[in-house]
Amino acid sequence: MLTIKNLQASIEDKPILRGINLDIKPGEVHAIMGPNGSGKSTLASVLAGRTQFEVTGGSVEFMGKDLLEMSPEDRAREGVFLAFQYPVEIPGVSTTNFIKTAVNEIRKYRGQEPLDAVSFLKMMKEKMKLVNIDQSLLSRSLNEGFSGGEKKRNEIFQMTMLEPRLAILDETDSGLDIDALRIVANGVNQARTKDNAFLVVTHYQRLLDYIVPDFVHVLYNGRIVKSGTKELAMELEEKGYDFIKSEFAVTEEA
Amino acid sequence: MSMSQDNHIATQYASRLDPGSALAPLQEKAMQEFKTLGLPTVKHEEWKYTRISSTFRPDMALAQHAELSEADVNGFRLPGDAIEIFVVNGVFKSASATEEVTIMPLEQAAAGPFADIVKENLGHSSKYHPDGIHALNTAFVNGGVFIHVKRGKVVEKPIYIYYVNYNKTVSTLALPRTLVYVSAAAQVQIAEHHVSLGSHDAVTNQVTEVIVEQDAVVNYYKIQNEGPAASMVCTTHFRQTGKALCNATTISLSGNIVRNNLNMVMEADHGESHMYGLYLLDGKTLVDNHTIVDNVKPHCFSNELYKGIMDGASTGVFNGKIFVRQDAQKTNAYQSNKNVLLTNEASVNTKPQLEIFADDVKCSHGCTVGKLDEEAMFYLRARGISEKNARSLLLHAFAVDILDNIKTAPLREYVDHLISERLGFNF
Repeated sequence: MLTIKNLQASIEDKPILRGINLDIKPGEVHAIMGPNGSGKSTLASVLAGRTQFEVTGGSVEFMGKDLLEMSPEDRAREGVFLAFQYPVEIPGVSTTNFIKTAVNEIRKYRGQEPLDAVSFLKMMKEKMKLVNIDQSLLSRSLNEGFSGGEKKRNEIFQMTMLEPRLAILDETDSGLDIDALRIVANGVNQARTKDNAFLVVTHYQRLLDYIVPDFVHVLYNGRIVKSGTKELAMELEEKGYDFIKSEFAVTEEA
Repeated sequence: MSMSQDNHIATQYASRLDPGSALAPLQEKAMQEFKTLGLPTVKHEEWKYTRISSTFRPDMALAQHAELSEADVNGFRLPGDAIEIFVVNGVFKSASATEEVTIMPLEQAAAGPFADIVKENLGHSSKYHPDGIHALNTAFVNGGVFIHVKRGKVVEKPIYIYYVNYNKTVSTLALPRTLVYVSAAAQVQIAEHHVSLGSHDAVTNQVTEVIVEQDAVVNYYKIQNEGPAASMVCTTHFRQTGKALCNATTISLSGNIVRNNLNMVMEADHGESHMYGLYLLDGKTLVDNHTIVDNVKPHCFSNELYKGIMDGASTGVFNGKIFVRQDAQKTNAYQSNKNVLLTNEASVNTKPQLEIFADDVKCSHGCTVGKLDEEAMFYLRARGISEKNARSLLLHAFAVDILDNIKTAPLREYVDHLISERLGFNF
C-alpha cells in the first residue's frame, strides 16, 4: 500500500528526515516511536503534504501512485488521513458542515454522488457512537474551545467518517487521560479492516496496549534505527530512549 | 477643486436655495464654509489615504430631477416587508405610507411641527467634521428627509432608505441629508442602501444624523455594493441624549472610493453602542472607515469590531478614535480591527487613536493584519477539501461574525448571499 524509499526532508535547509525506508501493507498497524526531535511528526506531515517541509530526496508510493507529487487534498482523496497532533481551531466553520464538505469532495473525486442530508446524518450518528462524541460538540465551530481530549476524539471521528485507506495518527495519545485514550483506541480498533492500514506515531508505549501494532519502528535522528514487533515497544518503555541514543550515537561516530 | 467646479456648484446652489426657508441660514453659513475650505486633499490628516477630491468632476449634475422606473426599483430593492424611503440625487422623493413613523421633507419639518427638534439637532455632526465635504452637504440640506419615531413606539418593520444616484445619462453628484429622531423608549431598525443606476461617474456625499433619546434602541445598517464608477462619502452621526442602545453595522463590498464616517456621541450616563464593519474588497476599490466614539458622560460602554478582506489591488483604511472626556469616568471602550490581505498588491492602513482625559476608565484597542492562516488551510485540505473551497470556507468564517449582528433577518440573508457569492462559498 505504502512504500517509502530513502525519504529525506528538511525545513529551512535543516535536514530532519535522513533516509526513511518503510513498507506498509493493507491490514497492518505500524507504530513509529522515538525520542523528541527524532523526526516522527515530520514524517507524518510530509506524508500528508504539509508544504513547510521540503522533500530533498527519496520516493513515496501510495497505491501505486507517486504520493509526493500530489496536493494535500488529492492525498486525502486517495485515502491518506492525518490525525493532527494539534488540531486547528477554526471559528465560524461548524464541524458538521466541514465534515460534510470533506466527505462530499472525496466522494466526488471517486466518482460517487454526494451524500444526501439523511444518509449523511445517519452515518454521523453511527460514527459518533464509536468515539463517544456529542451532537452539541459537532454543531459548534470546528475545535473552537474544545478540550484536548475533545479535539483528539474529533480527529478520530473525522477519520471514521472519511474511511481512509491509510490513517496516520500523529501523537493522538498525547495529553489524553486513560479514559479518553481508551475511547480513541476503541475508535481506531473498530475502524480496522483487512484493507486499511495505520501508522501510529507515538512517544509512549502506553497507546500500544490498546492499539496493538504488527510492527514497531524506532526513529532516531531522522532514520529508522530499529524495527521489531510489539516487544520492541516494551523494551523501549523499560529502558527509556537513552539506550537507543547511546547505542546509536556510538554507531554514528564509528 | 477647480474654479469651474466651484462656480458650477455655486450656480446650482443658488438655483436650489429658497431664501425664505427655515433652513436657509444654515445653508448660507455652510456654503460660505465650503467656499473657504474647499474639498479636503491628502495633506489633510483625516484624508491622508483617500484622495476624495479626485472623484469630483467639474461638470457633475447636482440634485437634478430624475424619475425611477419600476424596473429600476426592483433592481435594488432590499428583501422583506419594510417602510421604504426613496432619495434620488440627494432629494427626498417618496416614502411608504405608514402610521408607524412620521416621514417628511426636512424643509417641511423645519417649518412646522418639528421646528425645535430640527433647530437643535440638524448640523450637530458639523463640529466633528470641520471640512468642505461636510459643509457642501449642509449647503444642500433642503433636499433632505426627516424621520420621527414616537415615544415608546416599537417599529416592527425595518426602515429602508435608498439613496439613488441617477447617473444613467450624465455624471452626477448627490448630497442626501437625513435627520432621524428616535424618541424615548422607541425601537427602530434602519438600513441605508446606496445605489447608482448607470455607468457615468457618481459621487454621493451623504450625512445622516440620528438623535436617540433615553431608553431607545436603534439598529442601523449601511450596505454599499456599488459599481466601479461610484464613489461616496457617508457620515452617520449618532447622538445619544439619554441612556440608549445603538448598534451600527457597515458593510462595504465594492465601489471606487468609499469613505465612511461613523460617530457615536455618548451624552448620557450608561449609554451603550456597538459598531461593526465588514469591508470585502477587490479590484482597485478603496474603503476608508473613520469612526469616533465620544464619551462625554460617565459609565458608557462601547464596543467596536471592524474586519477587512482585501483582494486584488484594493486598499482598506481604518481609523478609530475614542475620546474620553474628563467627566467620563468608568468608561468602557473596546476597539478591534482585523484584516486579511490576499495579494501582495492589496494594502491596509489601520490606526487606533485614543484620547483619554479621565483617569478611571477601561479602554483597549488592537489590530491585526495577516494572510490566511496556513495551518488552517492545510487542515482543511488534508481532509480532501480543495484549496479554493478551503479558502472560501475560511474567508466566509472570518466575515460571518460581523453579519451575525444584522438582526433584520431578510437583510442578513441578503448580505450573506452577496458575500457568499463573492467568495465562491456554496456549502
